[in-house]
Amino acid sequence: MKTFRWVIGLILILAFLVFNLVLNISTLQRFINPLLLSCFLCLFRIIRGPSPADRAVAIDTLGILIIAFCGLLAVFTKFDFFIDIAIAWALQAFIGTLALAKYLEGRSFDE
Amino acid sequence: MSETIGMIFIVIGIGFDFFGCIGLIRLPDLYLRLMATAKCVTLGTCSLMFGIFLINGFTAVGIKALLCAVFLLLTSPVSAHALSRAAHKSGVKLCDESVCDEYEKDKN
Amino acid sequence: MKSRIVLFIIAMLVWLILSWSLDWQHLLVGSLASLLVAFLTGDLFTANPYKFAHPHRYLWLMLYIPVLMWEMVKANIDLAYRILHPRLPIRPGIIKVKTKLKSESGLTFLANSITLKPGMTSVDVDQENGYIYVHCVNIKDTDPARATEIIIKRLENILERVFD
Repeated sequence: MKTFRWVIGLILILAFLVFNLVLNISTLQRFINPLLLSCFLCLFRIIRGPSPADRAVAIDTLGILIIAFCGLLAVFTKFDFFIDIAIAWALQAFIGTLALAKYLEGRSFDE
Repeated sequence: MSETIGMIFIVIGIGFDFFGCIGLIRLPDLYLRLMATAKCVTLGTCSLMFGIFLINGFTAVGIKALLCAVFLLLTSPVSAHALSRAAHKSGVKLCDESVCDEYEKDKN
Repeated sequence: MKSRIVLFIIAMLVWLILSWSLDWQHLLVGSLASLLVAFLTGDLFTANPYKFAHPHRYLWLMLYIPVLMWEMVKANIDLAYRILHPRLPIRPGIIKVKTKLKSESGLTFLANSITLKPGMTSVDVDQENGYIYVHCVNIKDTDPARATEIIIKRLENILERVFD
């Protein structure tokens, strides 16, 4: 059963990669599509996750993926301010994750 | 020439991001998922930022991308450490294949 | 006071890298902001500011960075192999290792480097007895002494020269 599911996942990912290379889209879209699929996997974990800590992990991953989006947009559109957004988002996501961890541990915020 | 090498770094980074998110789905346990994201996604994004630095060179955008990569490398293990400790204190169990748990023994 | 001066210099360097221009307006705003930060949070930054004056610490730090980079690349290839394998070859668990580092910044750097090494995440640090609890994906040995030998020996030897 496990091997069967692995084969289905492999076929789906290969089909996604082939469509991503064959379809008539721009280079930016070809680079951004795998990251979008990764974001949907993170959303699956946020919806499905058995414990609150799993959801916190998925939210942290989503923040790092958004930094990658900002870097790609800064390269391909030649706008400089996207990289500033990336640095600010990295700071913000770090502080948010630390606050979530402290809340999960059961302490108050002003400790 | 440096643009081609930068594009290769960007493609490698996107690939490692994708593998990390597949690990987030496949692995059976919170600590293993945390390990996958804290390693693969962090190094993938850092590699992407290094590719941007190689494409732009020593301009404002390139230096900011390099600083962003260094900042990500410094902060991502700290948040992973905080999340794993919080999860263990709030009572998330290890998965069934686990061999030993010394932390649970020493806490009592 | 000395700790505030060190913090002012570091904040000014980060500002110069971020703005990346030598205009006098940038320099004025940057020095004002760095003075404010150094005045407010200077005594929280470091306990012993004389450690910043030794040049051989920076040399050992320069040696430490390529070692850590190589470990990170190995860690990512190893983890990608384990994720994509059909049967998931994992043997996880939490073990404890003993360290001889004493200073807080050294312990922080060691715990962060363990998180970036192949197949490990640091879970908690016990500073009084010098133990680090490590979640390991493929356990070879559960005895603390031999696990220390395998996991942190090389990194610890370099970090001891940098921070202690």
